[in-house]
Amino acid sequence: MSDSWVTLRRFTQARIALGRVGHALPTRGLLDFQLAHARARDAVHFPWASEVFAEQLRTLGEEVLILDTPVANRSEYLRRPDLGRILSQESRSRLRNYNADDADVALIVTNGLSSTAVGQHGLPLLQAILKGYRSRQIRVAPVCLVANGRVALSDEIGRLLGARVAVIIVGERPGLSAADSLGIYLTFAPQPGNSDAQRNCISNIRPPEGLGYEAAAAKLLYLTGEAIRRALSGVALKDEMAELLE
Amino acid sequence: MEYTKSFKGRSYGFADLKTVLAKASPLRSADELAGIAAVSEEERAVAQWLLADLPLKIFLEKPLISPEIDEVSRLIEESHDRAAFAPISSLTVGELREWLLSDSTSDEEITAVCWGVTPEMVAAVSKIMRNQDLIAVARRCSVITRFRNTIGLPGRLSTRLQPNHPTDDLRGIAASVLDGLLYGSGDAVIGINPATDSPKNVENLLHLLDDIIQRHEIPTQSCVLSHVTTTLELMRRGAPVDLVFQSIAGTEAANKSFGINLALLAEARETALALRRGTQGDNLMYFETGQGSALSADAHHGIDAQTCEARAYAVAREFSPLLVNTVVGFIGPEYLYDGKQIIRAGLEDHFCGKLLGLPMGCDVCYTNHAEADQNDMDNLLTLLGVAGCSYIMGVPGADDVMLAYQSSSFHDALYLRRVMGLRPAPEFEDWLNRMGIFDGRNALSRGLKSPRLLEAVKELTRGTV
Repeated sequence: MSDSWVTLRRFTQARIALGRVGHALPTRGLLDFQLAHARARDAVHFPWASEVFAEQLRTLGEEVLILDTPVANRSEYLRRPDLGRILSQESRSRLRNYNADDADVALIVTNGLSSTAVGQHGLPLLQAILKGYRSRQIRVAPVCLVANGRVALSDEIGRLLGARVAVIIVGERPGLSAADSLGIYLTFAPQPGNSDAQRNCISNIRPPEGLGYEAAAAKLLYLTGEAIRRALSGVALKDEMAELLE
Repeated sequence: MEYTKSFKGRSYGFADLKTVLAKASPLRSADELAGIAAVSEEERAVAQWLLADLPLKIFLEKPLISPEIDEVSRLIEESHDRAAFAPISSLTVGELREWLLSDSTSDEEITAVCWGVTPEMVAAVSKIMRNQDLIAVARRCSVITRFRNTIGLPGRLSTRLQPNHPTDDLRGIAASVLDGLLYGSGDAVIGINPATDSPKNVENLLHLLDDIIQRHEIPTQSCVLSHVTTTLELMRRGAPVDLVFQSIAGTEAANKSFGINLALLAEARETALALRRGTQGDNLMYFETGQGSALSADAHHGIDAQTCEARAYAVAREFSPLLVNTVVGFIGPEYLYDGKQIIRAGLEDHFCGKLLGLPMGCDVCYTNHAEADQNDMDNLLTLLGVAGCSYIMGVPGADDVMLAYQSSSFHDALYLRRVMGLRPAPEFEDWLNRMGIFDGRNALSRGLKSPRLLEAVKELTRGTV
């Protein structure tokens, strides 16, 4: 039995006016839900081929570091967010000995909760960001690729690279309507122990439906410039940006 | 070691009471993350054995957090009713399980013990109860609350209509509200999680819901789930606030991380009571909780997630709420990893809340990174129906497009009503029948006969609302 108020669908993406068979969902609605959930699950559980990603970046002439966290597999990643916030012992010593002379920005990419998102949008987003930074003479350390990382991982990497600002691109938790959203988090003066209130976030990057690469890169460029100029990030910076955009 | 137990030559020791509770907890990832879970199945089983032999009185003598540093502990101590405790005062935890299940204990006696048990006693006994025990005992507890209708009567199941929208678009929310009403949902509350907590936005949403409820004379209540300080400010401005919402947790420090304390909740309740908007009763607080919240605020004091959750119910019951629900799978797999853990936690929370005298509902839900799916939710939903759960959520198609998680749908509620013979709150059921949404036999009308709501649909479509 279909619903006579199906016209209301134009006002919301919520699953309204689905119709019914007895008390239950019609088959089409049931399968549509299952497909959306399947995509979200795949986005979470597909592994991320960071080597392939690194090769693509190197082909573009970028310097890349592949690092890792102590996380052994996706299941552990999901259970132990604390392990996704730190580098493995080996990666830590590697970065300690790395000489990133006076970088303004440490740029990190991780699959986070959606490998699909990084696979789909990671490369073009990175290109837009690097282009923007270079146009303003902002110095970027080699791009760090880390599978199974969380946002706060950028604190440790940023600190070890001696960068003034840490920027991490991360696959966002998939929803049913979108499994391929990327987010960017920026932190001034990165160091372990920073709180989320000290970060700025740009989310829902997934053209064409969500935010586009150029628009996201422009926002990030603005935030990075302001963070360096005013020596802060987080809530104080966010308020001003909101005003600016109004 | 203060607590020791030997089995076949192997001895186990536990440093203190909270360690015994944590180790005795059925496995969940929150306790593993906190590093307090049993390290083996045998250690867990031994801890349960040891816990079962502890006298209930020990929880009065040895508070898990010193009342001097934690107002929730003070509340638990001060609100304990010795007279109500008398019938079970000489029992152990294991004996309490048997007392609750026994045929010689009446349902009335179980309901009457509610202020005689503390959250810790209830948490303790739940840890040595199977899922079927949690269901069977919760079923025996009677908790009835009222604002504009009556929630929790035997044979009834209410629903919260949850019409969220990613940008709080008023027409988008109205569309979901109408959809829900036409599916018979919304007697517990029509409750919106606002995308932004700004007072102006919340006020607009409050007026939208109030207009719909008044215009169609719906015997239900509205709520915009903003922070209690926002709601307080809006009440002072004269906004139409029915229920006061707040997320709460089981320690003072966790509540502080939510920006609340007991005095603030009391102030909000007093302010709302003075508005006199209820017609059937004055239960007007709406609380949400969930295992893992104290841990995620780093405010758990080494206490396991389930015991912390039960302590949140001590906070809730102090304010005679209309509704309490555990948002059981929302917090993510680092707290409840899979369907099995979510189902267990949902049944524990419902049982503990009911035994402590709360009108417990459950947001039967999960996120996409949890190892769970709709089938797990069907299982929990059905089990809660058997357990006598007061209400569940009604989200269009089970897909919350604002909070990006999956809950129960309008269809799910219809399913549970049909297989269990459960009816909505009586005042709301009458309204559904009068409006022609239900057919007088606890089912949706075949062919739609709700001209008034369909007129509202037309107006919304034309843009005249």
